[in-house]
Amino acid sequence: MARMATTRRVAVSTIGAWLAGFLIFFPILWMVLASFKTELEAFAIPPSFLFFHWTLENYATVQERSDYLHHAMNSIIIAGGSTLIALLIAIPAAWSMAFSPTKRTKDILLWMLSTKMMPPVGVLVPIYLIYKTFGLLDSRIGLVFILCLGNLPIVIWMLFTYFKEIPRDILEAARMDGATIGRELVYVLTPMAIPGLASTMLLNLILAWNEAFWTLNLSTLHAAPLTTFIASYSSPEGLFWAKLSAASTLAIAPILVLGWFSQKQLVRGLTFGAVK
Amino acid sequence: MATQQTQTLARSLLTPAVALLFIWMIVPLALTLYFSTLHYSLLDPGSESFVGLENFRYFLTDPAFLASLQNTLVLVGSVLALTILLGIPLALLLDQPVVGRNIVRLMVIAPFFVMPTVSALVWKNLLMHPVSGLFAWLTKLFGLTPIDWFNDVPMFAIILIVAWQWLPFATLILLTALQSLDEEQKEAAEMDGASGLSTFIYITLPHLARPITVVILIETIFLLTVFAEIFVTTGGGPGLQTTNIAFLIYSQALIQFDVGSASAGGLVAVVIANIVAFFLVRIVGRNLEA
Repeated sequence: MARMATTRRVAVSTIGAWLAGFLIFFPILWMVLASFKTELEAFAIPPSFLFFHWTLENYATVQERSDYLHHAMNSIIIAGGSTLIALLIAIPAAWSMAFSPTKRTKDILLWMLSTKMMPPVGVLVPIYLIYKTFGLLDSRIGLVFILCLGNLPIVIWMLFTYFKEIPRDILEAARMDGATIGRELVYVLTPMAIPGLASTMLLNLILAWNEAFWTLNLSTLHAAPLTTFIASYSSPEGLFWAKLSAASTLAIAPILVLGWFSQKQLVRGLTFGAVK
Repeated sequence: MATQQTQTLARSLLTPAVALLFIWMIVPLALTLYFSTLHYSLLDPGSESFVGLENFRYFLTDPAFLASLQNTLVLVGSVLALTILLGIPLALLLDQPVVGRNIVRLMVIAPFFVMPTVSALVWKNLLMHPVSGLFAWLTKLFGLTPIDWFNDVPMFAIILIVAWQWLPFATLILLTALQSLDEEQKEAAEMDGASGLSTFIYITLPHLARPITVVILIETIFLLTVFAEIFVTTGGGPGLQTTNIAFLIYSQALIQFDVGSASAGGLVAVVIANIVAFFLVRIVGRNLEA
């Protein structure tokens, strides 16, 4: 009796959940399907769902016509570069706050958080003018720099919450055994911190890859990452849906995979540890 | 023993991060403040002059400001309402025993990882196009007249796109919170004969109060400056119908090249965001002590 009820409940919630999941995922699925259609079929009414002439032509055209790889490379350099630099600055800071906290540590952390609250549009004008003056507009280094600063508070916070969880007894034991701070860092702390470092890096890569305020405003062609490149599809009207879909699929595929690996860290990173 | 030394080292490790963030916060903000008191147009270089609060008067009394403030509030409010009202049942559903739960979870959170320019353009063209979009085809299937989304209800169209992007975030956070809810408490309530609904109202909902607050605050911070979605779909139009504060400042700065007025607007945006940030920082700070 009770078992019957449970089986029914599982069946109902399973159907409901799959239906909801499918609806939410549908726009992405539809886009991926469109990327394998010809332009005419992508535009056709009534739409064909699976029984169309599958083609890879769009993927080839996107590269030929618009040099997709150039923009993908920009995305990799900008997201990767800003993440690495942010980590280099954040690791020592988070380490110091987690293991040698002072009375002011909490205030410093909250102040760092508050810098993330500043709306980018509030400083668009000066940043644009500074970049213009120093010839940084449409340069990769300029974007690396701004995305690095923009995400630095999140990186420090995430690392801090991970470092906090490393048991301090172990460090003390190492110190008792006469380990110097350098040795302590390399042999004790690093191995224990690697999972946290990896998740922080992953989340930051995702955020930087998808960032679409500074990239749209500060890059046009040479340094344009995929966000700006895709935006260029917004102007022409007409038969370009299949190509747009192919370019979009390529642009989101790597990050979708990374994102699926980092769902748990996402909550932690974006809520600054307020929800675990 | 090595305390003195450790303290010094700790401070020197912290300094670069603090210094960088401090510069990042202070310099642009000071410049914004300075520019906001100037008559300064990029089209007319060399004509900068001090005008006091004139830019603020201009920006705040500009009809476009009121319109965009209203649009910002509508956008933020609607997306918050949609993501939370849909996110709660969705999180409850995913918290149930579901066959293939991991796959469903992946499908639900996927939109969050799609870059804003992609989601906006895919929705605008493949789904919402008045003639060849999938929605148009569906409405015709039911014998109705298709909606011309970006002309008839442009703001609603943008709200749908942005809500689709943020629903996974709300769901994921609420789901994480639900999974930390004490099962025994729920079972005890059920044993005492509490119905599913009253268990939800008296046990689950209070438990969700905090995560919901966090979702509201964090989403608000990001939603106040929605930009890419508007940039690639409507360009703020038709008229001013989808211009929010962020887009208004962008167009004043980089389309009309009015640096002074855009800076004044930027400061207004900073003030609005700070009001929200104040509450968020307090909540996070309380958590830090616990």
